[in-house]
Amino acid sequence: MSGSEVVIVGGGVTGLSAGWWLARSGVKVTVLDKFIVGWEASGRNGGGASHYSSPLFDEEQRLWPQMDELLGYPTEHQKGRILIAMTERQWEQYRFIAERHTRLNHPVEVLDVKQVQEAVPLAGDNCFGGVHYKFGGHANPQRTVQAYAWALQDLGGKIIQHSPVTGFETAGGKVTGVKTANATYGCDAVVVAAGPQIPQLMAQLGVDVPLAAARAEMIITEPAPMMPLGGVDGHKIYGRQTLRGNLAYGGGPHEWLDVDATGPAARPSTPLARNLAKRLAELLPKAAHLNVIRSWAGVIENSPDGRPIIDRLNSPDNVVVASMSSVGFGLSPASGHAIRDLVIDGACSFNNIDLLKLSRFDGLEKDWREKRGWMPIA
Amino acid sequence: MELNFTGTDVCAINGTRSAPEAKYDLVVIGAGPSGIAAAIEGAASGASVLLVDENPVSGALMGNDTPLYFGGRMTAATQNSDRMLEAIFMSMPDLEKAMETGVELLLGTTAWGVYRNGPGVQSLPEQVVGLADAERSWLVGFDRIVLATGARDLAIAFPGWNQPGVMGAAALQMLLSRYGAFSGRRIVVLGSHDLALETALMALEYGLDVAALVEVRDGPQGDAALLAKVTTAGINTYYGQSIAASKGGLDGIESITLTDGTDIACDTVCVAIGLIPSIELVDAMHGPRALNAARGGYIPAGEPNVATVGLCAGLPDTGFDHVAYRMDWVRAALRVNAPDTIICQCEDVTLADLIGIQPPNYLPRPAAIQARSLDTLLDDGPANPDQIKRLTRSGMGVCQGRRCRDQVAMMLAIESDKPFGTIPLASHRAPVRPLPLKILAEWDEPAAMDAAWDVWFGIPTQWVPVEDIGTEYQDAHREMLYTGMYK
Repeated sequence: MSGSEVVIVGGGVTGLSAGWWLARSGVKVTVLDKFIVGWEASGRNGGGASHYSSPLFDEEQRLWPQMDELLGYPTEHQKGRILIAMTERQWEQYRFIAERHTRLNHPVEVLDVKQVQEAVPLAGDNCFGGVHYKFGGHANPQRTVQAYAWALQDLGGKIIQHSPVTGFETAGGKVTGVKTANATYGCDAVVVAAGPQIPQLMAQLGVDVPLAAARAEMIITEPAPMMPLGGVDGHKIYGRQTLRGNLAYGGGPHEWLDVDATGPAARPSTPLARNLAKRLAELLPKAAHLNVIRSWAGVIENSPDGRPIIDRLNSPDNVVVASMSSVGFGLSPASGHAIRDLVIDGACSFNNIDLLKLSRFDGLEKDWREKRGWMPIA
Repeated sequence: MELNFTGTDVCAINGTRSAPEAKYDLVVIGAGPSGIAAAIEGAASGASVLLVDENPVSGALMGNDTPLYFGGRMTAATQNSDRMLEAIFMSMPDLEKAMETGVELLLGTTAWGVYRNGPGVQSLPEQVVGLADAERSWLVGFDRIVLATGARDLAIAFPGWNQPGVMGAAALQMLLSRYGAFSGRRIVVLGSHDLALETALMALEYGLDVAALVEVRDGPQGDAALLAKVTTAGINTYYGQSIAASKGGLDGIESITLTDGTDIACDTVCVAIGLIPSIELVDAMHGPRALNAARGGYIPAGEPNVATVGLCAGLPDTGFDHVAYRMDWVRAALRVNAPDTIICQCEDVTLADLIGIQPPNYLPRPAAIQARSLDTLLDDGPANPDQIKRLTRSGMGVCQGRRCRDQVAMMLAIESDKPFGTIPLASHRAPVRPLPLKILAEWDEPAAMDAAWDVWFGIPTQWVPVEDIGTEYQDAHREMLYTGMYK
């Protein structure tokens, strides 16, 4: 496959990682993005990298500690996370999670209040305890996206921004070209990693990809003194202390949306910032005086079971479709590797990812969104 | 355990939000002359009217150059909020008239966000404005809103501008005329257009020494009558000059050196090059705005139910091209500023690192990233300040970009050799003023919000470890973590 042309539709973290992996194998890669790399959910998320529910987990864990070196650019990756319980019920749930990790040989330690405060000095006496994950971690989404893009360019890959994909050219059961308003990019294979726009694009190839889009929100504070452990979750919010010291947090109810082929019309944040602020002030009471300086929202898509779709189609047989089902950033080192394997070898080399096949939704009821209540507000 | 879909996503936002605490026919943001007039007009016509103004802001916020560029030149009087409130009433007699007309007035109250349904959001029960005082935040509904948020200071970097005593003209005027709380004695005014001339004359009126005006262009810019007054007062103007160096001590600036080598002793440099219409709320609510060089930059483009009045709607059009004038100042600054001149004070971003698109100091700079620059980024597409913000952190600090966003956009235009209008406006985001977590928090949120709250989407199958799928552990997972989901 070396020397052949692969076009990647979507310069988010998944498409860029796939492009980087392919370029490392000598493939000529062109990434097309409707705007600027990482502008959607890839650059607006919690930065977590601890996805034990995924068949890509082991590869995610193996790769993250090496990513700065492999890419040649800083990602701000930090190892470890902690889950802090703020209610009796959360404490029960988090200890259940700790037991599960122990059973699955993921190293964790249950911490008492004093130990929590040693690791997370902004935590208060109001917590019940915590679970320290000695695996996983977090990184800076925006910096990581750009790192993939630059590393891909350093290997000779091309990134064409401000170029929404409008359609495909097909011949002999294969996609032979990817069209934008200004050009058609000839290709030997295509990766469609366009997030919420995947269903619209794949429909043009006669392939139904069941995905529903929703908006989620985050807030960020001014910098706090650096804590020994910055990957702090719990109290039903997720987030991290950035290496600058800011606390960036999200969680809570989402709003289902319709997204057309041009992508999200807007990404407005809402007064949900107040509910996030409440929970963050409870989780880290010694940070309650810190100023919130921004809020933002992002649009992500989910598959019916909330798991990724990473699959090479039967027809056209040179297309790989990749949606990470709202959990793409942390898994990106591994998802890119899996996509590379599917494009070049037709199968994932490091784990069985049959769980992520599109065919699991064959026969899915037409009204799957309605049944789940995943519909936009009328 | 089979999933049983009910047609309702219990973790969706639908129906979980609180209703606003109060509702008015008209909410006016900003109690300057235009805002007061709009409020009185509304109340006189029988509308219920709420008029809010963030002033007096706390001493801590003033120290962060919010909302104006105070440059640390406030006296201790600004720590006394009662005295500040009194000063506002004294300086704005129409406030009493507004209250007599039936306007409800809240001072010391910040409007930090305006929210309504539109593209990407349909879940708001009604359009609301987020308010906050020193104690708490709350939401207020409205039929119409008038934004009278005024204009803020434009800052421009010079060597040593990141020390006390470098401030903006609007901040100086407010400290002098409203609060009587300016701590400087001898000022240099940058600029010679109307704002600079008016500021210099006001400073004289308040008994300050005006050491000089400095004008980057080769001749006077402002109104002839104002200029005559300034000349008559004996104030020297240096034309074709900008600040090449400055000296300072613990209390801040002590002297400046012009590009021709002239030294001028002063304790304050007042940047009076231009005012920026305060469109933070309009932009954060995705309201339309357009660049208008004769009216001071980006101004609201108008829409139903959202009116803008006063300076936030645009500076008076006198035919003067404010953008071209500011660009001349920034071009001069780029000529004299050393690579290590700080551009973003909050995040310590230097000119070299901004133009080099380098990461902050706490990150490593391997060879590959050192080879990157604005030039290489421009190969991928036009300069976008939000992207450059993310990479360099310029504009990402607690002043929310008020000190650097405008000059960064101008530098990007100059360095990429493009007209200013081609550089997108860096996005404003709510809260448009820094707000402590404990103030922003909705402490008494509806039970429905907590009931819907999940850390992510609440999809029971999303987080089951692969090893556990189809085992007894899968059911235990759902029982423990997703009780109530899809049952």
